[in-house]
Amino acid sequence: MNKALTPRPQMPMGALPAPFHERIAAENFQHSWMNWNGYASPGVLDTAEFEYFAIRNQSTLFDISPMCKFRIKGPDAEAVMNRMVTRDVRKQKPGRVSYVIWCDEDGNVVDDGTLFRRSEDEFLLFCQEPQLLWIKDIAWGFDVEVTEVTHDLAGFAFQGPTTAATLRDLKIKEIETMRPFDIRDIKIAGKKVMISRTGFTGDLGYELVMAPKDALSVWDAVYAAGQLRGVRIIGYEALEMARIEAGFLLPRVDFISSQTNLRVNRARNPFEIGLGWLVTFDKPHYNGKRALQRLAGVAPKRKLVAIEISKDKAAHHALVYHRKTREVGFVTSALWSATTKRNIAYAWLEVPFGQAVKDDLWVEIYLQREIEWQRRMERVMIVERPFFVHPRRTVTPPLNF
Amino acid sequence: MKYDAIIVGAGHNGLTTAGFLARAGLKTLVIEKNDYVGGAAVSRELQPGWTYSNCSYVCSLLRPEIIRALELPKYGLQVIPYESGATFDSKGNYFNYSSDHDALRRELIRNNPEDADGYERYARAVMRQCKFIKPLLMRTAPDPTSFNPRDISELLYIGKRFYDLGEREMAETVRFWTMSIAEFLDQYIKSDLVKVHLAGSGIIGTGLGPYSPGTAYVLLHHYMGEVDGSIGAWGFSRGGMGSITKAMALSFQDAGGEIRTGSGLDQFIVKNGRVVGVALENGDEFYADTVVSGMDVRRTFIEHTEQKELPEDFVKGVKRYRFRGSSGKLNIALDGMPTLPAAPKDARFLKGDLHFLDGMEELERAYDDWKEGRWSASPYVDFLIPTQIDPTMAPPGKHYATIFVQYAPYELANGTWDDANREAFAKTVIDKISRHSPDFKDLIVHKEVRSPADIEREVGLTEGNIFQGELTFDQLLFNRPVPGYAQYRSPIKGLYMCGSSSHPGGGVMGAPGANAAREVLLDLGKKIDLGAAA
Repeated sequence: MNKALTPRPQMPMGALPAPFHERIAAENFQHSWMNWNGYASPGVLDTAEFEYFAIRNQSTLFDISPMCKFRIKGPDAEAVMNRMVTRDVRKQKPGRVSYVIWCDEDGNVVDDGTLFRRSEDEFLLFCQEPQLLWIKDIAWGFDVEVTEVTHDLAGFAFQGPTTAATLRDLKIKEIETMRPFDIRDIKIAGKKVMISRTGFTGDLGYELVMAPKDALSVWDAVYAAGQLRGVRIIGYEALEMARIEAGFLLPRVDFISSQTNLRVNRARNPFEIGLGWLVTFDKPHYNGKRALQRLAGVAPKRKLVAIEISKDKAAHHALVYHRKTREVGFVTSALWSATTKRNIAYAWLEVPFGQAVKDDLWVEIYLQREIEWQRRMERVMIVERPFFVHPRRTVTPPLNF
Repeated sequence: MKYDAIIVGAGHNGLTTAGFLARAGLKTLVIEKNDYVGGAAVSRELQPGWTYSNCSYVCSLLRPEIIRALELPKYGLQVIPYESGATFDSKGNYFNYSSDHDALRRELIRNNPEDADGYERYARAVMRQCKFIKPLLMRTAPDPTSFNPRDISELLYIGKRFYDLGEREMAETVRFWTMSIAEFLDQYIKSDLVKVHLAGSGIIGTGLGPYSPGTAYVLLHHYMGEVDGSIGAWGFSRGGMGSITKAMALSFQDAGGEIRTGSGLDQFIVKNGRVVGVALENGDEFYADTVVSGMDVRRTFIEHTEQKELPEDFVKGVKRYRFRGSSGKLNIALDGMPTLPAAPKDARFLKGDLHFLDGMEELERAYDDWKEGRWSASPYVDFLIPTQIDPTMAPPGKHYATIFVQYAPYELANGTWDDANREAFAKTVIDKISRHSPDFKDLIVHKEVRSPADIEREVGLTEGNIFQGELTFDQLLFNRPVPGYAQYRSPIKGLYMCGSSSHPGGGVMGAPGANAAREVLLDLGKKIDLGAAA
């Protein structure tokens, strides 16, 4: 018999346990899991509302290991990154993080992510969608090595007002000098950790990245140290509330990547999304530059805007009307913001609505009240993004709460 | 100095009125007798490192419309809900009220298999009453004797809502507004422990016992609050209740308002039946055609207004209006987290409101002591340790306990509220807690003891009544505080009331303050701006 004919493993279906699964499962009283990029990610552990308040009042742990992660290393790493993203990477010093987007040749957004500059010749890129091929295409002909490290790095977000105090209790003296978007290499429980002062909540917070084999030791040390300061493990629902307040956009929710859209008219450029501030022309050629230069000179046909809505019912999936009759747009993310006590949302509006025409805009909200549906028309006000950012987000050295 | 409007008292209602008036463009001054703002919503550091919520201690009733319109979150207000609570009996059992529906059901069944369903019926009955009354909070109560079109339309509004309930619910509503909390609960709940846990909200702050008619309404008054649409939920104001009034003061000052602390009111200055200003105790005088009093109705009209300026029947009404202080308060700095051996270690419900009672009898006996002029030998306590949730009020690992005590009389049969009696009162409370938490006593670093007399002296609430007057049916709606004067106006032209003595009453709600602002602005031909909340 041919000895090579032994059964090869079949790939498992569905969501796999992520590096912190045991710890999260132990506290996941609702047994609520979502599939995030092939990993089981908690939706809600007990109550989304109380988890959300822990983000705004104490400190929280959220597993970010399922994010797509790439290492770009070599003499041309800076040139490759600068050719890919719309910001000027040459200005990003080693030890700093920046929020970046990258576009296709038409100037439409492919994805957004956080770019960690580890050294002169090494970057890490964290983002929502698989980008290995995209980066490799851009790196063609450059002296650089591009590796997907999604499964080689574990990480969690440690966010909230008491996070710095907890790290202080752990004797991490590096945090005293860390400004927002700074990176440091530290040790927790004797394990190597890359820590950055970054996050998705508009408040004080950090992200910690380590080898999967060290993941539980680091998590346990932080979780134990956080007990006196109200640490709580949170799920996606709570983070989503903080995310909307903090003014961050989510691909596939607020806009769609130009690499995944089926309908050609769904792709969006940075000026439409409101990310024009991430686009610079003061650097050599990069992907989409020519198209973006042209787009920068014309008024966008539609815009994603931040809106506030009268009364307190969140405008999920609502359509937006002008004079209560003409349909002019739709809501993507909506929330009754418990911290700002405002009814907030993001909406796509066709020009001139939301720009030249800001009055007499309405959302149509459907409410189900004990089976019966009610329709409410509520006023829309165009406001600034973000809805929430706390001054302690940037204070250095960081505050205790 | 001349202003458009002067507000007397920087409590939460005074500051709410002030905020709306300043935002409407009025040059507004707030005067306050203490060196700090806050009234009964105040946070002070009496022991270095610890911040107390010296008077009121939890937040639910503050109207979300007011928070949004005055942009209080922008000025630092953050309300954090808490999840649960418990009542411990002397036999080592407890009932844990949980906001988690499944946990609550299981716990009710553990105490009595029928109570899970009984509780659902009870909760529905209370929620129906909340739904009926909630829209009335932010509206001025109509005068039933008036032919003013607005009064008639308001009466019709209430009448229609009432009629729409249907015959059975109308009867239920009338019963609810007049019956006792104990009898109301008897209809639904079997377990004594569950019953007495729920009954607490019916007697807090009031000179009535659980079997006194009218206490069902007091419970409703505590239930009609909300935290982010979660009706009946309670929360902590981050940094203590003083964060509410601090945010209100900042919002007011940002809108151009001015606050003067450190000297209280001597007299309202009245000329030809019209208020023209205020004279302070320090001799300062300030002038305005509109003056709004945040003080309770007795202090406003008996202590600070010349009687000759007021009609006889009004004065009679004010004198008849009942206060009856019935509560005390202990604020305690703790060196660590006290243990409660009857509860599992780190039980989540220890983060909520804790009580120690065996049943309704004990509560009624506690009330009997009060009637005799004694503080309760075995008092009802509302005991919370907010520092388990709020990281800002004590150093990590240390804690702050707020202990509301029912009942404590304003006038003691055995003398006055001197240091000896205050210490004996504190000992009664601490001993009771110590029976359930043996290490509690040894963890005490500092304590503040507040009798009804202290509350009257420091905060200015007559007889120490936390609601600025009892919340009984005879003193609600168009009868609050005096029939014919329930619309925030007084017999003196230009002099208004905005405190909890007026509709809809006490609690850190802000509704009287907002309603008063609306009436003041209406008289000036302006409109209150509730912004996106309206």
